[in-house]
Amino acid sequence: MEIFAQQIVNGLVLGSIYALVALGYTMVYGILGLINFAHGDITMIGALVSLTLLQLLAAAGLPAPVVLGLAACGAMLVCALLGLSIERAAYRPLRRAPRLAPLITAIGVSILLQYSAALIWGKQYISLPPIIEPLRFTLFGAQLTSLQAVIFLLACAIMAGLLWFIKASRMGRAMRATEQNPDVAGLMGVNTNTVIAFTFLLGSAIGAVAGLMVVLYYGIGHYFMGFMLGLKAFTAAVLGGIGNVAGAVLGGLLLGVIESLASGYIGDLTGGVLGSNYRDIFAFLVLVLVLVLKPSGLMGRSGGDRA
Amino acid sequence: MQMHKPRHAFTALLAAALIAGCGQEAPPPAPKADAPQTPEVVTVKIGSASPLTGPQAHIGIDIRNGVQLGIEDLNAKGIEIGGRKVRFELVAEDDEANPTKATTVAQKLVDTKVAAVVGHFNSGASIPASKIYADAGVPQISPASTNPDYTLKGFSTTFRVVAHDGQQGPTLARFALNTLKSKNIAVIDDSTAYGQGLADNFEATVKSLGGKIVAREHTTDKDTDFKAILTKIKGRKPDLIMFGGIDPQAGPMIKQMKDLGINAGFIGGDGMQTPNFIKLAGDAAEGAMASIPGLPKDQMPGGKAFLEKYKAKFNQEVELFAPMGYDAVFVFAEAMKRAGSTEPAKFLPEIGKTDYQGVIGPIAFDGKGDLRSAPITIYVVKGGRWEPLEIIKPDGGGEPAGAETPAADQAPK
Repeated sequence: MEIFAQQIVNGLVLGSIYALVALGYTMVYGILGLINFAHGDITMIGALVSLTLLQLLAAAGLPAPVVLGLAACGAMLVCALLGLSIERAAYRPLRRAPRLAPLITAIGVSILLQYSAALIWGKQYISLPPIIEPLRFTLFGAQLTSLQAVIFLLACAIMAGLLWFIKASRMGRAMRATEQNPDVAGLMGVNTNTVIAFTFLLGSAIGAVAGLMVVLYYGIGHYFMGFMLGLKAFTAAVLGGIGNVAGAVLGGLLLGVIESLASGYIGDLTGGVLGSNYRDIFAFLVLVLVLVLKPSGLMGRSGGDRA
Repeated sequence: MQMHKPRHAFTALLAAALIAGCGQEAPPPAPKADAPQTPEVVTVKIGSASPLTGPQAHIGIDIRNGVQLGIEDLNAKGIEIGGRKVRFELVAEDDEANPTKATTVAQKLVDTKVAAVVGHFNSGASIPASKIYADAGVPQISPASTNPDYTLKGFSTTFRVVAHDGQQGPTLARFALNTLKSKNIAVIDDSTAYGQGLADNFEATVKSLGGKIVAREHTTDKDTDFKAILTKIKGRKPDLIMFGGIDPQAGPMIKQMKDLGINAGFIGGDGMQTPNFIKLAGDAAEGAMASIPGLPKDQMPGGKAFLEKYKAKFNQEVELFAPMGYDAVFVFAEAMKRAGSTEPAKFLPEIGKTDYQGVIGPIAFDGKGDLRSAPITIYVVKGGRWEPLEIIKPDGGGEPAGAETPAADQAPK
């Protein structure tokens, strides 16, 4: 039972990270109908930028909360600018192009980001000395650190904030209008270019937070880390219903738990034929099943797929 | 056309002159062994192939320096082979730790007519290159490649002066059972040829010696989240976790072990015996153990003198494999002396009969070209540094390694 509780906790924390990244996918998809495959790599850039900042600032002897705050701000700023420029340079010129064109461009941008990061940070794994020694406590027999709790709560808080923002703020209303019909929204005086650029900015900044969490949690960064993370988060977004903010978080958490339970019990269930190194199969098995059985996802609108 | 004719003639003349000139400048052909000769110095080229650029350059340059030092010492001593004075010459090549580049470099060395090659560093480079050396009949000693496959290709030209992974896994297993007295052992590997091979060897030996494996898990060499498999392992209550893999996984893994409150020991192979592992794991690294083929460099029989000589010459510390590179040169020279020839075909059979006391200890090869007596050292992380813990000789006996190293005792606790 303790072990089961621990696997659930492991899964929820892993899932929170997927959820944070999935938010970026789902927001862009909601507005543009574009799967921004570069989003995983924006998270990677966020992770590496915050890693570098954490190293530099911690070496400068600043207190830990200041270091964390500055690193988070720095990473969010870099990623927000990066998201803006990618939208401006790679996606906006193709907005009226056939749907396949921006998808291919997204893959191109993804590769560009990976190898730019390889040039800047090298291909080695970069390690992070612990900034704060996390508190450890026990919950239903499961070991938990304060950092894990923060990651989970942060994912929920950002989701809640985002839902409120989209529902209540002026920009949120413009986003919903653009989502429903960009042309009509434009006629009604909504500057759709600004709305779309803002969506990229926000999604990328949340991606940067996800990157910071990954770095703090695992203490390690690598130029290729965004690839698998991006694919898993995309799966989570589809599972929850792509375009739906609450769905992305639900999908992320579910996927994390499924993966965690799968790698914990697959070896016993298959009598040792499949090991836990096959756990990624489950993530993508889930993707295939969702696409076949309920293409709109758990919380997606049925038949609302635009474009 | 008419106008061009004289120019053609001139070009031809010039070419002829050049060729003739070259002929005059070329060194006289090597003297025949049976011809009566005044003692003349014969130059013998020794190749050195290792990564001299890229992320592993520091290790590759270390090997090259070791070979260079060996050659300089031999030349300073002045040795005679078959009644003629011999001068050795270093031909160092950069394989960039790249298997494809390694074969190019190997062909280049063969074409330069080297008598023997010390190299390469990476198993992935040594193995494809070994075919080229074997086809050309050029003997090859790898100072560092530990993949068992390297000597299993059936080439008579292939040797190494370092223990291989097939010797490492069983050694770790005996250490776990005999020294650590581990009762319940969990094994994780990273699904690579190196990691899984090491873990399989370890597991098989533990089982054959009557030890108990409570869990066998796999991850990949890209993963950083091991919480799920570690949680499962925690349920089996192991007192030791063995990991076959390298530091980017081993570091986060031991950190996550501590997060989950697993109080088992952690042991692995040379892939995690790196400063990077300690950086990645932070405080959690304390007490982790790992094996590395060979003796600690300051405890090699000729270690102290060699380290000083190296420092004086290159103004830097020995990284890892310079002593192996140094000894490899002497193994070649000794074989040439016994054969009385610097012809690879003549002295190759003598390499297999080597019985040489080198810097790294006694060097003798088995039928495959592996070291007969290949000690393995177990290290432990103590005060944020890897310190030698125990040296395990191939006969299964172990001896504490700290006895002669004051550094180990003075390390901050």
